[in-house]
Amino acid sequence: MPSTSGAFTGGDKGCRRTGGVAFGFAILLLFSLSLSAAPEKHLSIYSTVASYSLPIVQRQGRDYIGLLELLEPLGTVSAKSDGSHWRLRYNNVLGEFTVGKTRARVQGRDADISAKFLMENGRGLVPLASLNSLLPRFLGGPANLHEESARLFIGNVATHFTASVASDDPSRLVFQFTAPVNPSVATEPGRLHLTFSHEPVTAPASSTLTFASKVIPAAAYSESNGAAEITVTTNVPLMAGFSNDGRTITLAPAKSQSAATVAQRLAPPAPQGVQGAQSPPNQSSNPRRYFAIVDAGHGGADRGEALSPTLAEKDVTLAFARRLRQELESRGITTLVLRDSDANLSLDDRAFFANTTHAAIYIALHAASSGHGVRVYTALLPYADATADDRGPFRSWPTAQAASIPLSQAAAASVAEALKKSEITIRTLSAPLRPLNNIVTAAIAVEVAPPASDVSVLAAPDYQQLIAGAVANGIGAIRAQLGAAP
Amino acid sequence: MIPRHFFIAISILLATVLGMSIYAWRMRGRAAVPPAASVSTAPVAAPIAGATERVTLFVAYDDIGVLRAQAAQIPMPSVRQQRAEEVLRALIALYLDKSSPHPLPPGSDIRSVYLVDPGLAVIDVNAALADGHRSGVLAEELTVASLIQTLSTNIPGVLKVKILVEGKQRDTLAGHADLSSFFEVSAISQLTSQLQSTQ
Repeated sequence: MPSTSGAFTGGDKGCRRTGGVAFGFAILLLFSLSLSAAPEKHLSIYSTVASYSLPIVQRQGRDYIGLLELLEPLGTVSAKSDGSHWRLRYNNVLGEFTVGKTRARVQGRDADISAKFLMENGRGLVPLASLNSLLPRFLGGPANLHEESARLFIGNVATHFTASVASDDPSRLVFQFTAPVNPSVATEPGRLHLTFSHEPVTAPASSTLTFASKVIPAAAYSESNGAAEITVTTNVPLMAGFSNDGRTITLAPAKSQSAATVAQRLAPPAPQGVQGAQSPPNQSSNPRRYFAIVDAGHGGADRGEALSPTLAEKDVTLAFARRLRQELESRGITTLVLRDSDANLSLDDRAFFANTTHAAIYIALHAASSGHGVRVYTALLPYADATADDRGPFRSWPTAQAASIPLSQAAAASVAEALKKSEITIRTLSAPLRPLNNIVTAAIAVEVAPPASDVSVLAAPDYQQLIAGAVANGIGAIRAQLGAAP
Repeated sequence: MIPRHFFIAISILLATVLGMSIYAWRMRGRAAVPPAASVSTAPVAAPIAGATERVTLFVAYDDIGVLRAQAAQIPMPSVRQQRAEEVLRALIALYLDKSSPHPLPPGSDIRSVYLVDPGLAVIDVNAALADGHRSGVLAEELTVASLIQTLSTNIPGVLKVKILVEGKQRDTLAGHADLSSFFEVSAISQLTSQLQSTQ
């Protein structure tokens, strides 16, 4: 009995041990499953040098990113840690960070990084939200972070697009991109998805596009987890055809697609009669050059005028800038929106970026609740003898605009004429408005006021579209005078 | 039996506590009494004295976004700097009026005008004027042009103007009009011509 009893007891223990191990495995399995189920967040980085992605880590409820890893593909980087201090050198720029501090020093100047700096195994982690302010200091150029979708655009790399139905065949939808794209195409009943994981595709003026087509009534643009997606709504099965070296995507009902174009990379001539789309210049290897720089006034902490309790000037100018870009691009005028997110750019930075881009015209956008219609401004220079401080090829910063004033006034007059044709109340004035006087090329500012007393109209797509179209017409009319388009 | 010296010490302490309590109660009562009337922090207008003179004010009208020359009769001192301050204060007073065509924030004032030869004038406005100023390119430009054109028209010899806020340089008036540079009076005169037309 004792032995039996002992054997029984031993068996019980064995069973318990086996059960415990099995339970442990089950926990591990569940844990690993839960880990694999949660998608790892990545930041997609687009630059002229390289496009890559980095993992985002969650610390203290915030998104963090390794700064050294981010800068490494872009230039020469070295880092050194000394206790709680971390020094990062990117090319000739020195950044100094302290663990637990929300401020850093870059080239001897304070920089707010919005949350505590962290260091893990000698690896410096900065809050994702700080990249908008931190990167321009290191890189000396613009960096636009789309924080919610984890996409970072360094320099002038954004790929814009227009979408329109072919005039000769309303069942065909044509996308024109400013650079070659290679999206993955997926279909489901009633929808076709174009997903851009590696291309810096950015939003059109409106995230929802509607078309005068019964077959393809609408398309929507969205961004999430490091990718952009265009979802096309349709009531027939669609096929995608690529042409123009990957810059044109034509969606057409599967039956009407010729065998040669269906789901293949071909290079037929661009569709004829496509409204609002022109082939962009060849730019296979060189960075894109822009004819027009559109600068959405204010941004970030600088909200501009509080147009209403819920409407800030910075939001109106950004929406208007995107709309104007689409209008200009549709007229074949290559356009860069200088502030394409809710970033805070200083006036000096705006002038610096505009001047280094060598565009033919700079257009600053503002919005106001007072007055009616549109005011177009040129620079009011601070000195009568504006060129007195110039030294050889170097222009005096406060009066850099001096030589271009006649061209700016001609551009303002052309824009005013176009606005007048659209029956919009218009005034042309000079103004002590920076950074107009710091721009070396033609420069104007457009201040949009409501047509009547209702300020909310400033945010209305119809009103913005009317003005953007007229401004684009004015710029288009003086294009030859402004200079050869890049 | 309580020692006598101990009894005396306790009595003195109790008397002191009682006295302090009464004093504190009286002070509390005084502090709780509300002031008889609210105190106005607005600047007090200068006493009107001496002969009045006819001056020209360039007045901004927000509704149509123009500047208009307007004659006014105000007391003018003989000292050039005080004349400059008085003429600008007359302009500000007009903007602070209830029926102002270009309202400025309450408490707006000219702190001082410094006339620095040759031809440089520095207008020092108070923080109330700049901090509460309506934002907008045209709204701010009208204020700047109105101040400078009024000053240069009534004080001969002013060729350049600098605007300070509370004695310090500020980048913009309210987010748009650039105050970091000097203004050439000739350029402001041209701007005034533009602003006098609604086209």
